[in-house]
Amino acid sequence: MSLLRIDNLSKRFGGVVAVDECSITVEAGSIMGLIGPNGSGKTTVFNMVTGFIPSDKGTVSFKSKSIDRLGPDRIYELGIGRTFQLARIFPRLTALENMLVPVRRKGLRALFSRADWSNERARAMEMLEFLDIAHVANKLGGTLSYGQRKLLELGAVLMAEPELVLLDEPAGGVNPALLEKIGEHIRRLNERGITFLVVEHNMSWVMNLCTEVVVLHRGRAIASGKPDAVRQEPAVLDAYLGA
Amino acid sequence: MSILRQTANLKWVGIVAVFALALVLPAIASDPATTNIAVFTMMYIGLATAWNIMGGYTGYISLGHAAFFGFGAYALALMLGHLHIAGGYTVFLFVPIAGVATAVLAVGIGWFALRTRAATFVIVTIAFMFMLQLLAENLVGLTGGGGGMSFPVPPWRGGSFNPPYYYAMLTLAAFALGISWWIRRSKFGLGLLAIRDDEDKALAVGVPTRTFKLTAFVVSATLVGMIGAVYGYYVTYIYPQFVVDPLIGISMVLMVFLGGLGTLSGPVLGALILEPAQLSLAYNFGASRLYLVLYAAVFLLVILLLPRGIVPSVTDLLVRWRSRTGPTAPAPAKALNS
Repeated sequence: MSLLRIDNLSKRFGGVVAVDECSITVEAGSIMGLIGPNGSGKTTVFNMVTGFIPSDKGTVSFKSKSIDRLGPDRIYELGIGRTFQLARIFPRLTALENMLVPVRRKGLRALFSRADWSNERARAMEMLEFLDIAHVANKLGGTLSYGQRKLLELGAVLMAEPELVLLDEPAGGVNPALLEKIGEHIRRLNERGITFLVVEHNMSWVMNLCTEVVVLHRGRAIASGKPDAVRQEPAVLDAYLGA
Repeated sequence: MSILRQTANLKWVGIVAVFALALVLPAIASDPATTNIAVFTMMYIGLATAWNIMGGYTGYISLGHAAFFGFGAYALALMLGHLHIAGGYTVFLFVPIAGVATAVLAVGIGWFALRTRAATFVIVTIAFMFMLQLLAENLVGLTGGGGGMSFPVPPWRGGSFNPPYYYAMLTLAAFALGISWWIRRSKFGLGLLAIRDDEDKALAVGVPTRTFKLTAFVVSATLVGMIGAVYGYYVTYIYPQFVVDPLIGISMVLMVFLGGLGTLSGPVLGALILEPAQLSLAYNFGASRLYLVLYAAVFLLVILLLPRGIVPSVTDLLVRWRSRTGPTAPAPAKALNS
């Protein structure tokens, strides 16, 4: 069953075509990699799917419902979480508070009641423990190391229990040991039923992690399929090696 | 009993003692000069706390809050005039209605102003303030224009003149503090702080930023409008440049910056330091506006020495000192709530 469906999505920035009739389908329960050379439009696709920039053409649907005109907060509420290329956390909030910001609450009463309800706090601590950063729960986000910020950003996104998580370069600026850890966390979360769409430049890491890969080149999806098969595609080799 | 628990208890004892002192102040220092300073200090505690709900929690610096202050004063004067209400305690019952009128105005202004961010937002708020000042100047039939408007004459004389206003300002300051405290510990408040740190990121994790910002803006403006209404009745005569005064807007901002932006106690501390100092200068040096030089000096010192304000800087020092001397240092997050 397709969870996310992108059809003929296009975006131009002035004279530059960033995304050109791109179509991608993300199956529920998969870990899909979105790869491509620099400037191929991967992050622009992420920004359009999550409502940060409007598309010029094409449609995006999540669980068979169009999400084209929705803002980022509404899209997040529907079950699509995302991280950013450079880990973005709230630097003047503690790690625990960072975890509590994304928690969903319905109704005015819930909104104006305490920010750290004990069950939410317990869930946040559980997630921090799962990510091995519970010891920094009371530290301000701005004082954490880059690796801790990466994990915190991932953990915070998961607090609203999204069905689909878009990870923008989770391996960027991360040391090999932490990278292995992040990969392991993603696999374990995927086993819990969360679907991932991952933009990444680290080929060996993404090929090991993902069950399926889509290759973007000049804003178009030029290949898709199992990692081993995609690796052999002549169009992919052309795109990467410029042959 | 742990040190943390003791500190919390001590904090509550301190709060109750300060509030009790505030309640009996007109009885123990009853001369009009002192109670006048007390009225203005209480007014600025309320104003700075109200401004902090928007500027401190969301990071959106409004330099145009004097517009709401003046609007509240005009709203009350118009209401009292149309309804032929005589001076006395009844007038205070109309202050919340002036607050509601200010809230309606704030929804309109906020709707447009909050489409901008950072420096543009600052400029837009200043522009709205001057627009309102010009409107008050030019809508002569409604506001009396440059000739101003009068309030009903209060029935109190001599030493009994200031206390009713003092208690009205105290009530509003306590109300503003209560709302600020409630917001700070709520999920809504956490959303506002997230907006302050990184608005796009907040949006990405489901914070409805536009609604949150507008709500904070309206709450903040409503409180300022109510305080402006009481102020109008206190001075009994208002005109545009007097109540829609940029200096009132700047004063509340400066007090928050001095005490600690985004903290609960910072605005109170800032008002307690700056307003009596300002009034003392005014009393001692007449209408020389020497206090403006003091303001400039304080602003420079704050920027240079305490860019985060007194409360966060002192809290940081205490946390660092406690972490060196014992294992029970409070978490920075708790410290920030001070």
